[in-house]
Amino acid sequence: MTRENGFPRLKSIGLNGVLVQFADHFDDAQNRAALAFGAALKETGWTELEEVVSTLASTYIRFDLSLTSHESIENALIELLNTQDWTKAPLPSGRRRFTIPCVFGGDAGPQFDEAAEVAGLSPKKAIEEITQSTPRVIAIGFAPGQPYMGELPKHWDIPRLTELSKNVPQGALVCAIRQLIIFSAPSPTGWRHIGTTAFRCFRPEQNASFAFKPGDEVTFTSITASELREIEQTDKSGNGGAEIEVIS
Amino acid sequence: MSGLRVLSCGPTVSVQDLGRFGYLEQGLSPSGAADNLALYEAQALLCENTVTTAVEMTGFGGQFQADVDMTIALTGAPMQADIDGNSIQWASTHLLKRGALLTIGGTKSGVYGYLSCAHGFATNEVLGSRSVHLRSGVGRALQAGDILPITVPATDHTGRIMPSSQRYEGGEIRVMPTVQTDLFNEGERKRFQETDFIRSARANRMGVAFDFEGEGFATENQLSILSEIITIGDIQMTGDGRPFVLLPECQTTGGYPRIATVIPADMPKLVQTPTGSKIRFKMVSRDAAMAAQAIFEAEIKALSKKVTRAVRDPRDIADLGSYQLISGAISAHGADSIRGT
Repeated sequence: MTRENGFPRLKSIGLNGVLVQFADHFDDAQNRAALAFGAALKETGWTELEEVVSTLASTYIRFDLSLTSHESIENALIELLNTQDWTKAPLPSGRRRFTIPCVFGGDAGPQFDEAAEVAGLSPKKAIEEITQSTPRVIAIGFAPGQPYMGELPKHWDIPRLTELSKNVPQGALVCAIRQLIIFSAPSPTGWRHIGTTAFRCFRPEQNASFAFKPGDEVTFTSITASELREIEQTDKSGNGGAEIEVIS
Repeated sequence: MSGLRVLSCGPTVSVQDLGRFGYLEQGLSPSGAADNLALYEAQALLCENTVTTAVEMTGFGGQFQADVDMTIALTGAPMQADIDGNSIQWASTHLLKRGALLTIGGTKSGVYGYLSCAHGFATNEVLGSRSVHLRSGVGRALQAGDILPITVPATDHTGRIMPSSQRYEGGEIRVMPTVQTDLFNEGERKRFQETDFIRSARANRMGVAFDFEGEGFATENQLSILSEIITIGDIQMTGDGRPFVLLPECQTTGGYPRIATVIPADMPKLVQTPTGSKIRFKMVSRDAAMAAQAIFEAEIKALSKKVTRAVRDPRDIADLGSYQLISGAISAHGADSIRGT
């Protein structure tokens, strides 16, 4: 593929890692490139690969230094990069759409009104926009199974808070920089807490421990606090009342 | 089920092995022992073929009782320890008889102490590892009433001693450049290496903060850095420009700039630096880090050659006549006799 503004580029990371960076900011095409490049690497069967991870706009490769050197792995990566335009690659197959019930605002989303205001919307309009959008999972990271979902329309480019808020609960829906996250474990965050779901992103007790894969689509339906309580009592699967369908 | 019963324990005591690798793409960091060298020391002491699962004790241990005879090893940060009131030596193996009470108190130096047993504790495996990941809810910290299952009876590898290590008081920590190192200008990188850093009390298995005198370390445009993958040992400069070294339960991605990463060979020393102790970071090249790694791995392989046998205090041996006293097995550490075995 051709290089634009110095990307894609390779950077050494840690003792036995290399990072293939497709961009230095989030971009839909570069995200697809990172996902597709990571998937292609896993299919090579190169024995020196120990771990391949695609994140927002990069692919991380950890390798076995007893089987290869930095120079030879970097050459092999450049060769693979040059075989195609990775930004044109399709999204991964086996993608699903999750329709997840969520309580917006109130105690379930203490910073919802503020987020709507920063986005220049009334609370009613803000719920409408979020529930009508279908953000997709662009990366899993920070905590186990935790999805970064995007992107929302431009006016949702609301900055992170400078002060971290105290622990948001597991299942919290938070928002910043045109993205949404469902927290997989209680955690402090600089993102605004706008809603609460009963969805568990990480289920160590189940065979399928991680609910999401990059490429999955997510829509939210607005429910009341009492409806959420009912879901919590009846749906013990971790899905929190979500409907899941395969879309590709 | 036979095993080691936890009668009481400190707040952050958990079962750890070398970690759960291969799940970064799912957002799950490896976890595993903060000081992995201590697990290799236990392996050498217990004459095991592989690294066993140990109990990691942060700052303070607990009280344990065996319901079957078992062989234990104590490694990592030296801690006060006794069996039925008779103090026992750290960095060595002991026979813990059925019903005997093992008491492990506070650290004398360092941070993380480890209690291992022959063949390791057979707790539940999750995704191929027994390492508890406290932050992610994979397992949980130990608490009174828990029983740690064991799978083999006591072995005859008791009374074995590892020479003491120099890694429990801080000192020089070698670091190497990583993805965002060049976002810090040369002056900042130089100042970083000339600053005395003091280990802060703000620490857990996710990471450890360091305090220092002077301005915070910052890059230009640091609020717009794209979240990238994190590797254990990365030194991120948080909002206030103070270094936070990421440990086995760290987040898997992050947007704070990272000035360098601690080389794996120096991670045991970094994590074992006690609160209030001083370190200095020294930037080395990737080639130098590779050479240090080769030495580190060779030292791990040679650990079993460093083990010596303790000489028992004859007064502690009820029936001296039944023992064969082998001359030549007396070590330089003989004065620190093993009691209570």
